[in-house]
Amino acid sequence: MATLAQVELKPVALAVAAPAVIEVQDVHKYYDLGETKVHALRGVDLKVKPGEFVAIMGSSGSGKSTFMNMLGCLDKPSSGRYILEGTDVSKLEKKDLAAIRNRKLGFVFQGFNLLSRTTALENVELPTLYAKVEKEERLKRAKEVLELVGLGERLDHFPSQLSGGQQQRVAIARALVNKPAILLADEPTGNLDSRTSVEIMQIFQELNEQGLTIVLVTHEPDIAQFAKRIVVFRDGKIRHDDPVRQRPHAADVLKTLPAIDED
Amino acid sequence: MDLLAILRIAVRALTRNKMRSLLTMLGIIIGVGAVIATVGLGQGAQQAVQDQIASMGTNLLYISSGSVNKGGVHLGGGATKTLVTDDMNAILKQVPTIAEAAPGAGSSAQVVSDNQNWYTRITGTTPQYFDIRNWPFAQGGSFTQDDVTRATNVVVLGSTVQQNLFGNADPVGQTVRIGTLPFQVVGVLQAKGQSGLGQDQDDGVYVPITTLQKKITGQDWLQYIMASATSQPASYAAQDQITSVLRDRHRIRAGQDDDFTVRNLADVAQLADASSQVMTLLLASIAGVSLIVGGIGIMNIMLVSVTERTREIGIRIAIGATESDVLRQFLSESVVLSLAGGLVGILCGVASSMAITKLLGWNILISPTAVVAAVVFSMAVGIFFGFYPARKAALLDPIEALRFE
Ligand SMILES: Nc1ncnc2c1ncn2[C@@H]1O[C@H](COP(=O)(O)OP(=O)(O)O)[C@@H](O)[C@H]1O
Ligand SMILES: [Mg+2]
Repeated sequence: MATLAQVELKPVALAVAAPAVIEVQDVHKYYDLGETKVHALRGVDLKVKPGEFVAIMGSSGSGKSTFMNMLGCLDKPSSGRYILEGTDVSKLEKKDLAAIRNRKLGFVFQGFNLLSRTTALENVELPTLYAKVEKEERLKRAKEVLELVGLGERLDHFPSQLSGGQQQRVAIARALVNKPAILLADEPTGNLDSRTSVEIMQIFQELNEQGLTIVLVTHEPDIAQFAKRIVVFRDGKIRHDDPVRQRPHAADVLKTLPAIDED
Repeated sequence: MDLLAILRIAVRALTRNKMRSLLTMLGIIIGVGAVIATVGLGQGAQQAVQDQIASMGTNLLYISSGSVNKGGVHLGGGATKTLVTDDMNAILKQVPTIAEAAPGAGSSAQVVSDNQNWYTRITGTTPQYFDIRNWPFAQGGSFTQDDVTRATNVVVLGSTVQQNLFGNADPVGQTVRIGTLPFQVVGVLQAKGQSGLGQDQDDGVYVPITTLQKKITGQDWLQYIMASATSQPASYAAQDQITSVLRDRHRIRAGQDDDFTVRNLADVAQLADASSQVMTLLLASIAGVSLIVGGIGIMNIMLVSVTERTREIGIRIAIGATESDVLRQFLSESVVLSLAGGLVGILCGVASSMAITKLLGWNILISPTAVVAAVVFSMAVGIFFGFYPARKAALLDPIEALRFE
């Protein structure tokens, strides 16, 4: 995993007064289920600056995924504003949202969501196809990010031939391949054992150190500790928003855990 | 995404379910194959009919005795006894656009050579007959005008008769008996093959009309007169003039039906053309219906496929596929299906129409228009019937789609 430094990420201004990459203002989300209305988000305000690493916590049903889907431009708020890198996303058309998902955002899911019967390399290549990148450049980039997440040897493996941790790394590589400004991850370690979870967090921490902004949802306090800031949701609202003190280094934590051979 | 990448992805998706794709294609294969085969056959039939009509002679007018319609009843040739050789002479004299004419009357009899005999048609006519019908000789030649005048016992043999009586020997100069009378063979006609009605045109002999009338049948009326006009446009005017000449000669008063019929072969050709075209169109549209059924099969399978791959679609949208990306992906799958089906269908259609035309002895006619139309049409079927499923896929909500198990 020594290859991290080779990847060029977008240069990020780390000035104190840096403008927020994500700015959410009084966002509400209703789900209309006919008879009942579910009020999933009830006035959320949040600012995330470039280079931040935010962990969102909260009990099940508190609106975390709803919020992440909105951040990921997969869904629109019922009211309120979502400004992404200075653009009011709630006003954009579907086509522009697709372009934002493709180029500005990387999304990692709990269930990996890889295409089955498609190799790791092709899975990672997919976003570059939609970004209309040239064939050679596509391959080069896909290989690069797969090496970055430590899967340089498994380009031609199918998801079914990979462990959960490896599949999630492929998914992370896919999220990174178009060099996004923000990485969004909804419970990326939810399906993984604790050691593998820490390995994933190690990747996240290293990416963050390279300047990538990360917003991560988790309900495990151990995992949230690896972030720089923890935001707690309850009943569709933000209840706490605190920086993490004494943040552990995932690489150090890994040394204390018993090694497991993954192959 | 570029077209090649889209196609590659489509082909890969389709080959994942080979059996299913093949069965879906089968509908299109059968549809396109049927269209190509029927159009090919129809055109083969049309060509066969046209060849047949052309083989009867050029700019031909066929005057037969008896009216086509006498009080609503059709009377065949020879039903009246009013058409005579003088009518023909009058036509030749009074209708300038008629270049040539030949009378025709017929009977059947046993024709006997030294050691063989053959029951065949005997036609009485004049030397012009062979001219008008563009019928060349294989051996010898026609009897002469002089033979007609003197009613000599000379005969021209059709090739079937020649084969049956003489085998491969040259019969010119030999003597055959028709009934009790000896006839000298002066010529043998080239083989012409079957007529449109399946009749062997070469199974017949020809004698001077006068010989037939005086020595064989004893009757002086004709069954028909064949006349050739100087040009095809002239043949239409000639048709009217012949009618008025004959009505005059036969003293038919105004309001009375003709006792003869003048047919223009150009009309017959057009009629035959039109009817075989209608037939072809009918068959092709029935075949076209099966193409539509094939299209519905594609739509059905694509709908199944969209449902099965809901999660995949969700993933693609989440990582940045636009509506049109997804639409194009599924449309290209249905188009690849229908186009591949169309191409295989063309091969099947061409093969089967070749087999059938060969069986019927027609010329093989594969219309390039039909082939191009089949390709275009099957592509259109793919787009038309693939559009709804593809649109359904493109409009999926990514969050719902990702939650789909
Ligand atoms: N598509 C939906 N339709 C209706 N209700 C929904 C939908 N998605 C989420 N909800 C509801 O919104 C609330 C928040 O859900 P979610 O954001 O998934 O919570 P979390 O991810 O924090 O567990 C829950 O009450 C959930 O039932
Ligand atoms: Mg959730």
